[in-house]
Amino acid sequence: MPSRPRVGLFVTCLVDLFRPTVGFSAVKLLEDAGCLVEVPAAQTCCGQPAYNSGDRTDATELARRVITVFAGYDYVVVPSGSCAAMIRRHYPALFADDPEMRGRADDLAGRTWELTSFLSDMLEIELGPVGYAGTVAYHDSCSGLRELGVREQPRRLLRKVSGLEIKELAQPEECCGFGGTFCVKYPEISEKMVGDKAEDVVATGADTLLAGDLGCLMNIAGRLQRMGSPVKVRHVAEVLAGAATGPAIGEAEEG
Amino acid sequence: MLPTSHAFREGARRALDDAALQQALGMLKTGFRVKRGVAARRMPEFEQLRDVARDLKNHTLDNLDLYLEAFEAKVVEQGGKVHWCRDAASARQVILDICRAAGARTVTKSKSMVAEEIALNPFLERHAVEPIETDLGEYIIQLRDEPPSHIIAPAIHLNRRHVADAFMANHRDLPPERPLDEPRQLLDEARAVLRQRFLAADVGITGANLLIAETGSVALVTNEGNADLTMTLPRVHIVLTGIEKVVPTLDDAMTVLRLLARSATGQEFSSYTTFVAGPRRPGDLDGPEQFHVVLLDNGRSNMLGGEFQDMLRCIRCAACLNHCPVYGAAGGHAYGWVYSGPMGSVLTPALVGLEEAHHLPNASSLCGRCEAVCPMRIPLPKMLRHWREREFERHLPPLRARAALRLWAWLARRPALYRLFADAGMAGLAWLARRRGGRFAKLPLAGGWTRARDLPAPQGRTFLSQWAAGKRRP
Repeated sequence: MPSRPRVGLFVTCLVDLFRPTVGFSAVKLLEDAGCLVEVPAAQTCCGQPAYNSGDRTDATELARRVITVFAGYDYVVVPSGSCAAMIRRHYPALFADDPEMRGRADDLAGRTWELTSFLSDMLEIELGPVGYAGTVAYHDSCSGLRELGVREQPRRLLRKVSGLEIKELAQPEECCGFGGTFCVKYPEISEKMVGDKAEDVVATGADTLLAGDLGCLMNIAGRLQRMGSPVKVRHVAEVLAGAATGPAIGEAEEG
Repeated sequence: MLPTSHAFREGARRALDDAALQQALGMLKTGFRVKRGVAARRMPEFEQLRDVARDLKNHTLDNLDLYLEAFEAKVVEQGGKVHWCRDAASARQVILDICRAAGARTVTKSKSMVAEEIALNPFLERHAVEPIETDLGEYIIQLRDEPPSHIIAPAIHLNRRHVADAFMANHRDLPPERPLDEPRQLLDEARAVLRQRFLAADVGITGANLLIAETGSVALVTNEGNADLTMTLPRVHIVLTGIEKVVPTLDDAMTVLRLLARSATGQEFSSYTTFVAGPRRPGDLDGPEQFHVVLLDNGRSNMLGGEFQDMLRCIRCAACLNHCPVYGAAGGHAYGWVYSGPMGSVLTPALVGLEEAHHLPNASSLCGRCEAVCPMRIPLPKMLRHWREREFERHLPPLRARAALRLWAWLARRPALYRLFADAGMAGLAWLARRRGGRFAKLPLAGGWTRARDLPAPQGRTFLSQWAAGKRRP
């Protein structure tokens, strides 16, 4: 590993659009860990909505773009398990019949990491002094959990946060019902799934819910708020970077 | 049965409004799932066994013609007969012909999803042959005249009260004031009624969990022993099964059986595991006079050599149903045909057509839990995605959804334009949300989202515009 690895941050479309704090938290964590962080301005979307909707042509085109935009970095880090899994697990499959692109897709897949997994498994960082006064439930997002094996990494990092206590959900591996376009295509089923998830969160007694994927977080936050629950919902990077100070997801500035 | 998969959405809505059904489905989380987890962890080689089973089944499917013919040769050698049936109609006819030749009036059946697939019961009834289901769950739903809602627990949608009502309505020769409040009482009554049916049946029809090429035998597992009574008491035994059920050797069969019960119910082995081959031989104490195997294709061979071949590894354990959050919400009937849950969502479009079943591959969050528990390591999410690709190619998704998707992808390929829309759009949404507490309870075009949950508003300026302006810290 180079002494100061050059990291391309793929911020993901949801973080870019809805919650830039997660992106800046990722930058802080990576720079504190000694990385040189760059943010390619031409990045947009990893192509997952198209890929999961059967639009293989567009998915392939978007994958081709990401492969080009993120060429040359030592690592590409993504604050999302599902977008990282899209690049690591699915890009190579998209170019199965194109040896040249397949090689480049494999190369990118090998350099791409989900944020907590990069910090914990690759850099093995010692988290700087950071605190969070609260009890936290952790939702394991499906893609990160099952496609990348992200389960212990965020918990390992969170255990170093002073004042923070982790409470486990009864069904931590259960999908929250987001599923990209699934949640608007089958809203009744999604409602049942996110309803169960929100009840599981409330039952832990935790005051905060964390996860590593903004899609799941917006889904669960929106449901908890619809139920009138005071549980705060944040991306795990915000807590790890000591940036969990402003409004939580779906909340406004005080006053 | 006639598929109603096109009405999945309506079926799911009905299921979600059915409190008794939701209570029954909720028990999956604490029942089958937990038991499977315990059983898998208790077996150190469980994960390796899944690899072995996948590989042996892939090998078999790559040489399916060879193994099926070897199986047939062994069956014939032992005095049995194999009937090759291309579709449901020919399988039904073959079975009816065997029943007629045997002069059969009643037929006992042990649970067979293939029999549901070819809608055997109504066909036999129309031709004056009475079929009697002998698996308790199947018997109950037969009395209620409804299809199974789960491939191994067909009456999982029902509770004790439903069963008692069905028995009261159908067992008319028993005293109407008899107590039927306890599971034991229900069980004893079913046992007594079915015992007479077993003894009177002329033909017994079973499915098959496995066909073994080297021995020409059929493996059957049950927890009630009903398959054993179905195949040993009547004069004629008909095995009805799909062509994908064959494995090369007895050793291979044991590999699969070690996975099957653990994945299905969390048992190490089912209560009854029986291997049968051929009719009764001279000197045998029991067994049928005739032994028929009806091998059904019904669309399966079309899956060979293509992107859905892996689905033919399925051993119908139902682990994917039990772990599926969509099945857990919608229940089996919503899927509108014989097979439900993730395996049904892959198999049904292949067997009844994508036009009828177009909802099923889409009604999934692709959470991947099905693949994580599948004993045969079938990549179910990948195959759901393949179906979505076929649908997209054939313009089956609604025009609005396709247009929105293509517009998004078009924009995402043009970063400058994308940034323009992103920055303006997010600034606009954040402005709209400023007096709404940071979220929307309702928003035009976002009804699918906001019916179940609030929509968190964006923070304001996009990350990339702030980064371009020099911001570096949260």
